[in-house]
Amino acid sequence: MKTRLTGYAFITPAMLLLITFGVLPIAVAMVVSLTDMNLAGLGDWSRIRFIGADNYTALFADRAFWQAMGNTALFAVVGVPAVVGLSLLIALGLNSSQGRFFRALRSFYFVPAITAIVAVALVWGYLFNTQFGLFNHLLSLVGLPPVPWLSDPVVVKFSVVWVAVWRGIGLNVIILLAALQGVPKEYLEAASIDGASRARQTFSIVLPLLRFALFFVTITTIIAWLQFFDEPFVLTKGGPLGASTSISLFLYQKGFSASQFGYASAGSVVLFVIIAVVTVVQLRARRADVDY
Amino acid sequence: MSTTDSTRRRHTRRRVRPGTVVLGAILAVGAVLTAFPFLWMIFGSLKPRSESVAYPPQLLPQEPTFEFFVELFTKLDFGRYLVNTLLIVAICMVGLLLMAAAGYGFAKFSFPGRDVLFFLVLVTMMIPGQVTMIPSYLILNGLDLTNTLIGIALPMLVSGFSVFLFRQFMTTIPDEVIEAARMDGAGEWRIFLRIVLPMSGPILAVQVVLTFIAGWNSFLWPLIIANDQRLYTLSVGLSLLNQQIATNPALQMAASTLMVVPILIVFVVFQRYIVQGFALSGLK
Repeated sequence: MKTRLTGYAFITPAMLLLITFGVLPIAVAMVVSLTDMNLAGLGDWSRIRFIGADNYTALFADRAFWQAMGNTALFAVVGVPAVVGLSLLIALGLNSSQGRFFRALRSFYFVPAITAIVAVALVWGYLFNTQFGLFNHLLSLVGLPPVPWLSDPVVVKFSVVWVAVWRGIGLNVIILLAALQGVPKEYLEAASIDGASRARQTFSIVLPLLRFALFFVTITTIIAWLQFFDEPFVLTKGGPLGASTSISLFLYQKGFSASQFGYASAGSVVLFVIIAVVTVVQLRARRADVDY
Repeated sequence: MSTTDSTRRRHTRRRVRPGTVVLGAILAVGAVLTAFPFLWMIFGSLKPRSESVAYPPQLLPQEPTFEFFVELFTKLDFGRYLVNTLLIVAICMVGLLLMAAAGYGFAKFSFPGRDVLFFLVLVTMMIPGQVTMIPSYLILNGLDLTNTLIGIALPMLVSGFSVFLFRQFMTTIPDEVIEAARMDGAGEWRIFLRIVLPMSGPILAVQVVLTFIAGWNSFLWPLIIANDQRLYTLSVGLSLLNQQIATNPALQMAASTLMVVPILIVFVVFQRYIVQGFALSGLK
C-alpha cells in the first residue's frame, strides 16, 4: 500500500550508505584533523587528545608534504594537457569516418581505462625493467643508452605520468565522441558547400561547439590528477626518495603506514579544499556558459 | 534491388577521401601501440621463466607453457582470491539494487525533504574519493567492520551518480503503469521489482556492467581493510607478486592475464553498455 512513508522506505538504505561514506567522512576528517589520533587512539578513543591546529602547522612545515604538492602540480601540468590534447585528437580522428574500421578502432583506445591498475602496473613495470625490459632493448636498437625508468628521481615522474595518460585517454575519448555526435551535420555541409576545408570546419565550427564538452573534460581531468594515486602507488610506492609521491599517496602513507590519522586527516582537509575550489570554479563557469 | 545496393556501395566507396585513409592508418598505429602492453602481457604469461628474463626480449614465446597459470591455483592462493573477488562483485550488485530503489523513490514519490535529500545525493558526486579514504577507514573501524568482506565492499557501494542516473531514467516511466499495478493490488516492492526494474533495462544494463568492472578491479579498499590473507582479492594478491619483479615476470604476467582477460571478454560482449555508461558520466 502506498503511504507517505513508502518513498522514504525506498531511499533509506542507499541514503544511509551515501551519508555514511560520502558526506560524514568530510566531517570526521575535520574533527580528527584537530586531534593527535594515532594507532593507540584508534583502539582506545580515550587516548585521543585535542591539539587544535597543530597538525596544520606541522603539515605546512613538512618538506615531504611540499614535495608531494610540487609533484602533484607537475603531474597535473604535464598530464592534463597531454590527456585532453590526445583525447581530442583521437576523438576528432575517430569521428572523421563512421565506417566499420573506425568504429572497431575505438575499442582499442577504451580498453586501458577499464583494466585493473595492478595488472597494468605489473605489465608496465616489466616493460620498464632495466635488466630485461623491452623499452631499453628498443632504445639500444636505435643506438640510445638505457634509461633508468623507475629509479631516477626525474625520469620516474614522467614514467608514471606516461602510464596514467595511457590509462586516462579512453574515458575522455568516449565523452568527446558523444559530444561530436551532437554537432549538427547541416552546419558542416553548409560550410563544405561554401568551400571551407576540413581543417577550417574543425577550427571554426566543431571546436567552438565542443567548447562545453572540452571544458568539462578539462575540469574532471584536473580533479582526477589532483587525486593522482594509483600509478605511483603500484609502480614505485612513491619512490625513489619521494620523487613520485603525490598528495594522495602522501596521505595514504601518513595514514596507513605511519598510523598518524590526525595528521593525515589534516592533509585530507587541505586536499578537499583545493578540489572544492576547482569544483566551484567549474560550476560558476558552467552557469555563465551560453548555449548555441 | 541488387543494382541499387551496389551503386550505393560504390557511391560510399568513392566518398572515402585519401585524407581519411591516412588518418585511418595513423589511428590504427595508435590503437596497436595502445593495446601493445596487453599483447606483451598475454605472450609473456606463456613464456617459461628463462625466456621471460632473457635479454634481448622476444615477443612470442618459443616454448609456450601454461605452468604459471597452474601455479597460481596450486602453489598460490588465487582460487580463494577469485572467490573473494566474485563475492565482492555480488555485494556490489546488491548495492546497485539499493541505488536503483533510491532512484525510484526520488523519481516517483513525493515526500517532505525529498529535494534536500536529492541535493545531498548530488553533493556526494562531487566529493573526491581520495579525500574520504582515511575518514572512511576510521568510520569502518568504529563500526568494527575492518577485516570483513562487508567492510571491504561498503565504501564501494556508494555512488551518488548511480542514484542520479536511475532517478533520471525512472522519471520517464509513465505514472499510469505504476498506478494500474497498484489498482490490481500489487505491493510497492513487487511493483518496483516486477515493473519498474524491468522497464529500466537499458540503464540497469549499463550499471551492472560498470559495477562488475569496478568490483572485479577493486584494489584500494581490500588492501586497506583486509589484514587477513583469506580476504584478499585478485588485485591484492597480484600486488603481492609485485614484490617479486626480479624473480619471475612470467608468473606475474600469468596473474595479470587472469585479471585482465575476463574484463576484455566482458568489454567485447557488452561494449555498447560500457561506452554508453562512460558517455553518460559526461553528464555529471
